[in-house]
Amino acid sequence: MDTSEDILQQPSPDLVRGSETARPAKAARLSPSFISWLQAGPMMLVFLAFFLIPLVFVVIVSFWDYNEYQLLPTFSGRGYTDTFEGCIAQLPDLCTIGRTYVKTLKLCVMVWAITLFIGFWVAYFLAFHVKSKTWQMGLSLLCTIPFWTSNVIRMIAWIPLLGRNGLVNSGLVKSGLINQPLEWLLFSEFSVVLALVHLFTFFMVVPIFNSMVRIDKSLIEAAYDAGATGFQTLVNVIIPLAKPGIVIGSIFVITIVMGDFITIGVMGGQQIASAGKIIETRVNALQFPAAAANAVILLVITFLIITMMSRIVDIKKEL
Amino acid sequence: MTETTRKTGVSRRTLLKSTAGLAGLAAGSGAITGFPYVMSTEPKVLRYLGTAVNEGDDISKQCLKDTGIKIEYITATTDDVTKRVMTQPNSFDVLDTEYFSLKKLVPSGNILALDSKKIKEFDNITPVFTKGETPGGKKIGSQGTAPWKVLYLEGKDSKTFSKTATEFVTLIPTVYNADTLGIRPDIIKRPISSWAELLNPEFKGKASILNIPSIGIMDAAMVVEATGKYKYADKGNMTKEEIDLTMKVMTEAKKAGQFRAFWKDFNESVNLMASGETVIQSMWSPAVTKVRSMGIACTFQPLKEGYRSWASGFCVSKGVSGPKLDWAYEFVNWFLSGYAGAYLNRQGYYSAVLSTAKANMEPYEWAYWMEGKPAEKDIKAPDGSLLEKAGAVRDGGSYEDRMGGVACWNAVMDENDYMVRKWNEFIAA
Repeated sequence: MDTSEDILQQPSPDLVRGSETARPAKAARLSPSFISWLQAGPMMLVFLAFFLIPLVFVVIVSFWDYNEYQLLPTFSGRGYTDTFEGCIAQLPDLCTIGRTYVKTLKLCVMVWAITLFIGFWVAYFLAFHVKSKTWQMGLSLLCTIPFWTSNVIRMIAWIPLLGRNGLVNSGLVKSGLINQPLEWLLFSEFSVVLALVHLFTFFMVVPIFNSMVRIDKSLIEAAYDAGATGFQTLVNVIIPLAKPGIVIGSIFVITIVMGDFITIGVMGGQQIASAGKIIETRVNALQFPAAAANAVILLVITFLIITMMSRIVDIKKEL
Repeated sequence: MTETTRKTGVSRRTLLKSTAGLAGLAAGSGAITGFPYVMSTEPKVLRYLGTAVNEGDDISKQCLKDTGIKIEYITATTDDVTKRVMTQPNSFDVLDTEYFSLKKLVPSGNILALDSKKIKEFDNITPVFTKGETPGGKKIGSQGTAPWKVLYLEGKDSKTFSKTATEFVTLIPTVYNADTLGIRPDIIKRPISSWAELLNPEFKGKASILNIPSIGIMDAAMVVEATGKYKYADKGNMTKEEIDLTMKVMTEAKKAGQFRAFWKDFNESVNLMASGETVIQSMWSPAVTKVRSMGIACTFQPLKEGYRSWASGFCVSKGVSGPKLDWAYEFVNWFLSGYAGAYLNRQGYYSAVLSTAKANMEPYEWAYWMEGKPAEKDIKAPDGSLLEKAGAVRDGGSYEDRMGGVACWNAVMDENDYMVRKWNEFIAA
C-alpha cells in the first residue's frame, strides 16, 4: 500500500503532461497491424528460437548419416529406410514400425476415450453442480495430485497395489473371488492405460470445464422451459457448446500419449512398444539421425491426427 | 521503512539503487572475504561424471579430507554418461565409465588417456585387467570387450588400441564385478545351476533381464549356449545371423510371457525381486545384498556356464590440462590408495588394487568378501547397516572362484546398429 503511494507521488507533473501530448501522435503513426505484430512478437520469437529452429535441425539431422560415435553430415536416407525395413517384404505381416504404431494408436484411442468420458463428467460436475467458485478451484486442484510424485516413485507405488502379491490381488484371493493372483494387473496394457488415464484426465477436465462454465445458464433454462429432458439438454445444448473444450482436451491427451515412452515403459515393464520408445532406444545407442527420422515420422502422424480433429471443430471460430 | 524514507526524503528508486550498489559491492568483495587462505591458489574442484556405482558421499568426503580436492558428482545412467561424453565433453573433468563404451569414446577423441607412469599403484593393479588372469593364475574368459583388449593406446593421441602394454592407459581400472542371475531360493525351492533356467517355462511371468540392449542380448546368449542350441565364437561380437538367432529365442520367450518386466535401474531390480514379481533375473551384487538386507531370501547364484563381467575406470576429458590434470592424477592416485577400494569391496564389488584395499579392511572382512570364508563376525555395509550375520558365506565364494569363472564381458558389437534395430523389433513383437 505504501509502495503504491510512492509511485503516485513520483512522476512529476511535467512528465505527465509530456506523455499526454506525445502519445496520440505516436499511435497515429503505428498501423493497427503493426501493433498486433508487436503484441504477438515476443511469443513468436520464443516459438521460433525454441521450437521451429530446433525442429528444422531435427529434420536436417534425420537425413544425415552416422557411425558408432559421430554424426556424418552427408545426405543419407538411412534413418528412414532402416525404420521401414521389411515393411514390404513382410506383407501381409506388419513390420516393426507398423506394429509399433498400431500398438501406440491402440493405447492412444483407449486412453482418449476413457479420459474423455471421465473428464467430461468431472467437468460437468464441477461446472453445474458445484456452486461456489472456491470449491470449484479447490476440487480442480485435487485433480493435479498425480503430478506431485515422480515416475519412478509412482512405479514403485503401483507394485504394492497391483502386483502379484499386491493389495488388490491379495484382497481378491482372500475374498475367494479368484484362486490365482491376476497377472495382467501390472506390467500390461491394462496398467499402462490405467496409469495414463490417472495422469492425463486432468488435461481433459480443465478445457472442458472452461468451456462449460462459459455456457449461458439461461440457455439451459430455456431448454428446460421448452420441455427438453435432461438427456436432450445434454446432447443438444451442453455437448455442442462444450465442443471446443473437448477438442482441446483431446489434442492435449492424444499428443502426450503418442509421444509418451516413460509411463508406457515403466508400467508396461519395458515390454510394450511405443513410438517414443523406438526413439529412446536409438538415442541411447547414439544413433541420432535414426532417432531424428523416427521423431519426424511421429510428428507427421500426430500432426495428421490433429488436423483431422480440427476439421471436425473449427477451434479458432469457436474461441 | 517507508516512514524513514519519507522523513529523510529518499525516494524508493534511489533507495533501491543504493541497495543494489551495496549488494554489488558485497558480492564483489565476497571472493576476497570468502576464501582468505587460498588467494594464491584456486580451490581444487573436479567435476566427476559417472554412474552411481563409485559415487559415494563417504568417498568424496574422505577425498576432500585427504587431498583437499573437492569432487562434484555428475550422476547419470550408463547410456547417458556415454551420450554426455559425445555431446558435452567440456561439462566434466574426470570420467568414470565402463570399458565396453571405449569403442565409442576413443574414436570420438573426446577423452584423454592417462599416463601409467604417473599412477603410483599401476604395477599393483590386479592381473585381471592387465593379463586377463586372476592373481592365482586362472585364465579369464575373453569374449566381449574384455578390459585387457582396450586398456592401452598406441600413442598419446592415438585412436587405436594397443595389443601390448604402453604407458597410455585408456581407463585406469577402479571397480569391476562378476554378474550372474539373482534368484529367490524361498520361492524356487530347488537348486539352480544353469543360465538355461532363465527361460525355463517353470518361471513363466517371473523372469527378468536388463533393459539395456547390449547387455540383455549377452544374457540371452548365455541362455542359448546353456541350452545347447548354439555355440558362439564371441558372444560379445555376434554376426547378423547370430543376432537373429538370439533374438528369435528371446522373442519366443517374450511371446510366451516368460518376462515379467525388464529393469534398468538398481532400485527397479530390487523392487521386482523383493515384491516377488520376479523370482529369477539378471542382477547386480549390491542389489542382491539390498534385497537380503530387507529380510528377504535372495541368492546371487553362481552358474556352471560362468559369469558375465563388467569393469570401469577413470580417464579425463580432452579439455583437462595444467593444474587440473595434476589434480586428476592426484585424485586417481588417492582413489587407488585403499580407502575407496575397501569401501567398494564392502559393497560386494571388487577394487582394482587389492593390496591397498586389504590394508584398509579388517581381516575378517577380507576373509568374507575376498576369500569366500564364513564370516567370523557380523558383516556390515559401509554405512554400518547389517548385511550378513556371522557364519554366512559369500555367494559364489572367493575372488579367485568368481573372477576366474567369468565367461564374457559387457560389450559393444560391430553390428551394434543392427542389434539395436532387432531389439526394437523384439519389443514390438
